[in-house]
Amino acid sequence: MYRAHVLVCGGTGCTSSHSPEIIDALNEELKAKGLENEVQVVRTGCFGLCSNGPIMIVYPEGCFYSQVKVEDVPEIVEEHLLKGRIVKRLLYSETLTQEEIKPLNQTNFYKKQRRVALRNCGVIDPENIEEYIAVDGYQALAKCLTELTPEDVIKIVSDSGLRGRGGGGFPTGRKWSFTAANKADQKYVVCNADEGDPGAFMDRSVLEGDPHCIIEAMAICGYATGATEGYVYVRAEYPIAVKRLEKAIEDAKAYGLLGKNIFDSGFDFDLHVRLGAGAFVCGEETALMTSIEGNRGEPRPRPPYPAVSGLFAKPTTENNVETFANIPQIVLNGPEFFNTIGTETSKGTKVFALGGKINNTGLVEIPMGTTLREIVEDIGGGIPNGRKFKAAQTGGPSGGCIPEKFLDTPMDYDSLLKIGAMVGSGGLIIMDDTSCMVDIAKFFLKFTVDESCGKCTPCRVGTRRLLEILEKITDGKGTMEDLDTMEALCYYIKDNSLCGLGQTAPNPVLSSYRHFKEEYIAHVRDKKCPAGVCKNLVQITIDPEKCKGCSACSRKCPVGAISGKIKEPFVIDQSKCIKCGVCIETCRFDAISRK
Amino acid sequence: MANVNIKINNREYSVPAGISILEAARLAGVEIPTLCYLKEVNEIGACRICVVEVKGARSLVAACVFPVAEGMEVQTNSPKVIASRKTTLELLLSTHKKECLSCVRSGNCELQKLCKDYGIEDAHRFDGFRPKYEIDASASHMYRDDEKCILCRRCVAVCNKNQAVGVIGANDRGIDTHIASPYEMPLNSTSCVSCGQCITACPTGALSERDDTQKVFDAINDPEKFVVVQTAPATRVGLGEEFGYPMGSIVTGKMVAALRRLGFDKVFDTNFSADLTIMEEATEFLQRFTKKENLPLITSCSPGWIKFCEFYYPEMIPHLSSCKSPMGMFGATAKTYYADKMGIAPEKIFSVAIMPCTAKKFEAERHDHSAIKGIPDIDAVLTTRELARMIKKQGILFNALPDEEYDAPFGLGSGAGTIFGATGGVMEAALRTAYETLTGESLNDENINFTDVRGTQGIKEATYNIAGNEVRVAVASGLANAKKVLDMVKSGEKTYDFIEIMACPGGCVNGGGQPIQPASVRNNVDIRAERAAGLYRDDIGLPVRKSHENPDIKQIYKEFYGEPGSHKAHECLHTGYTVRKKY
Repeated sequence: MYRAHVLVCGGTGCTSSHSPEIIDALNEELKAKGLENEVQVVRTGCFGLCSNGPIMIVYPEGCFYSQVKVEDVPEIVEEHLLKGRIVKRLLYSETLTQEEIKPLNQTNFYKKQRRVALRNCGVIDPENIEEYIAVDGYQALAKCLTELTPEDVIKIVSDSGLRGRGGGGFPTGRKWSFTAANKADQKYVVCNADEGDPGAFMDRSVLEGDPHCIIEAMAICGYATGATEGYVYVRAEYPIAVKRLEKAIEDAKAYGLLGKNIFDSGFDFDLHVRLGAGAFVCGEETALMTSIEGNRGEPRPRPPYPAVSGLFAKPTTENNVETFANIPQIVLNGPEFFNTIGTETSKGTKVFALGGKINNTGLVEIPMGTTLREIVEDIGGGIPNGRKFKAAQTGGPSGGCIPEKFLDTPMDYDSLLKIGAMVGSGGLIIMDDTSCMVDIAKFFLKFTVDESCGKCTPCRVGTRRLLEILEKITDGKGTMEDLDTMEALCYYIKDNSLCGLGQTAPNPVLSSYRHFKEEYIAHVRDKKCPAGVCKNLVQITIDPEKCKGCSACSRKCPVGAISGKIKEPFVIDQSKCIKCGVCIETCRFDAISRK
Repeated sequence: MANVNIKINNREYSVPAGISILEAARLAGVEIPTLCYLKEVNEIGACRICVVEVKGARSLVAACVFPVAEGMEVQTNSPKVIASRKTTLELLLSTHKKECLSCVRSGNCELQKLCKDYGIEDAHRFDGFRPKYEIDASASHMYRDDEKCILCRRCVAVCNKNQAVGVIGANDRGIDTHIASPYEMPLNSTSCVSCGQCITACPTGALSERDDTQKVFDAINDPEKFVVVQTAPATRVGLGEEFGYPMGSIVTGKMVAALRRLGFDKVFDTNFSADLTIMEEATEFLQRFTKKENLPLITSCSPGWIKFCEFYYPEMIPHLSSCKSPMGMFGATAKTYYADKMGIAPEKIFSVAIMPCTAKKFEAERHDHSAIKGIPDIDAVLTTRELARMIKKQGILFNALPDEEYDAPFGLGSGAGTIFGATGGVMEAALRTAYETLTGESLNDENINFTDVRGTQGIKEATYNIAGNEVRVAVASGLANAKKVLDMVKSGEKTYDFIEIMACPGGCVNGGGQPIQPASVRNNVDIRAERAAGLYRDDIGLPVRKSHENPDIKQIYKEFYGEPGSHKAHECLHTGYTVRKKY
């Protein structure tokens, strides 16, 4: 028995900011102090509050140390672990109150969250199967194989109200029932871990922090649908997730939890990992299957649907990581556990990857129906530097933006669709008043243009032409007719594209045009970028009234665009200026501004 | 299968369940335009030209791949559909080279036709970034200009599916997507077999045969050259299509007349050398069959097949007949026997072959076994399409030409020679000769037709009892079918004595050098069957229907070759093969 446990985040974010070195240093330091048998160091998955990483929690006190550095380790060991004195300077500021150390789940970031999919992330050692088993791991699979019929399992999943978390929101139980209804000599379960939306990383975190729950869920799905083989298609850009998943599969096989005759039930299930080579389109289910089959990852027309003819032309159930992550909990605790969370049509919780102009960036899992305002203001801790919320982009490049007037919209499938946005895979990017919506739309569209597989005309050529129109607009060369063409092209691409990637590609443009039309018109008619972002539409000028003629700006200007006589107002040569803004930062008299 | 009730453009129809909206519409008398769709070969729903509105569907659907269902209501021509198709065409044009004035496919381009039908007035509406590509002219048989490509992938599908070759595919992505070989290798560095099926599948001018017409015009205009020309069997039932004749029309006489008017010194018939091939190959077969040596014997007339064998089945090379193709045999004979007979120096003879085939261009460049060392058997190969181009360029009114006869002494071909152009034809021609040789009996009008080996099926099998011998034969056309047959032979699953293989599905009538029929025709008419029917009609109408009864053939053996399989024949009419590395 250990008297203390030190949990250190081993997710990708904290790993990048040296958590492995912190773990090594901890182990060395503990050994040096002779504490290695009293204190256990555990590398866990992601805690969610990534902006404060590397994160460390010390139990039994539950002290939440944030932004820990390797140099802090000796002090933590010496003070906290040896002498029992909490290192207050490293505590997450909100947990440090006058009287006591506030438990983590009472902090603003965590108190409105409800962790189902992420419940083991940051809690257990993902590379230790016994830790998973200790938190009821593989109990759900055992229950299915020993107490439930496949029909029972599908009913539980259906009754839970779980809908696909990858973007489509299709009812999971119904999806499983389609595959189950088809007779075939071979069926497959596929886990879509080709998470590609910019900013979204919940699937990665689940695989890194709790890989066994995916294995368990896929085996359950296999049992329910009659599949004996599964594939996890995971991006090669997720090395930690891949490594932990592969180890988890190996361990599960060694424990008899995968393979032949699981739990002596006669049910066989085997699992393979396939690495994606980085094409966003491979997150589209038919493209993903085409890729697993060894071909260029391109979508194929539906019908036939995967439930009829999927991977290797066999009936296939495909769900994404987060969807699967909910399954063991639902099976174990019953559908009511899940369908009592959330809204009428969107049950359970949803993980969002909170990013952009927000204080607490990271992963948050909230009950469906939580309002955007709660996420931004309470969980996210508001906008940095006291700036004003302008919009939130949900669903990445397939989604849309939500303007300020919809801040009280509940975050669920149907409410978001109604206002032209979507839950999507759960990317949530917050923008403040320094963001130009035309520029943002251009950014997301550029992403899909680059990622278009090139198979169908509307997506291959249409999105590119759409991007060219946006570039024309942000360059100040747009016309009012361009806006009409842009809108028409958006609807054309939505109506005509072969797969979901193309059909949703215009969403960022359409939704920003819907909610921020005046901003587009300002670019076109007035040749102005109200947010001061589009370089060709802004000018940086020196106010002669305020300029003292100190020459500081002219010395810092990287292109020599500023000239003047000392003690007289300086001027910027607009033909040379690259709008980098260094002069604005340099000026001590607030004389330079961007308009 | 049961029928379903659907509505197309507000009218009710009962159509077979499971068919596509495209097929259902056709049954209802409505043609939905297509670009990427090639029935049973390329059904990928990529180009989006065939989109239609289906009541209740979230977006427009591709009619080519979307199956009908009970109660479905389809609008094929609603304003939304028409506007969408128009935009798709405008977008395709924005990445297209638009050199329509001089494009080889002008007038026979599926994109051009649709643009005209849909009234695309501004071909530059969506002009913007357009990727630039070098024309790949590395191969001896074709050009690829990716700047004219609309990425329908029909070429990729025929190369993969019909031909089991698969040396082209999509490279890069997004707007940079283009069709090329792996690692952007030039086509001649790949294991392309030069069959040209990709060219006839191409809806635009992105793929075309290497144009050798100028080379031939130059030879004709060179007073030092004696220019002879031969015409392959399948050209006589193909060429007419270029001049408005119904598919399968026999235009032999007009073709001969046109060639004379183009200025060729002598016009000969490859049917003659097809008969010569039968003499040699039937002899070779009977020798091997008697000795049970290197069986099955596999035909060697199709240069696409030969290249496929050299690349993919080098272990089967010993099974190949050592006979040159009819084209090669003609070339060799023209520069030896004929040159000598006419007193013309072989190097002054310029020998042109009009072929339904692009691989023949490659074959002509295999100088390794020419009859006279250092002098190619064949100097230029023109496809049926190139011949049509020359005729049009010279203002020859093809349809008004009289029917003329070939020149002697290679102007007479038998019916056995003419059916070389259809799958199973070589086999049938060989069987006619082998039968009479083995049995000593004469085939009559009743039993001369070996119908088991006729027809457009990809693989045909038959067993004949000839003079107490069981002769097991197989016929395959299309290299994917050839692959199946070879794999069965290799695994021991099947045993044959004689196999005919043609690279192109349906044989030479559907060769890569034949007139190009748009998908709208190919999807609804079996062009292989239509053209082959012309050849079988030709066979019936000819006075001589067996190669060994061709008097010119008897004459040439008497005067020059001695007997089939002689030393002289081997020097001129036989060849050898090389193992080729795939990459």
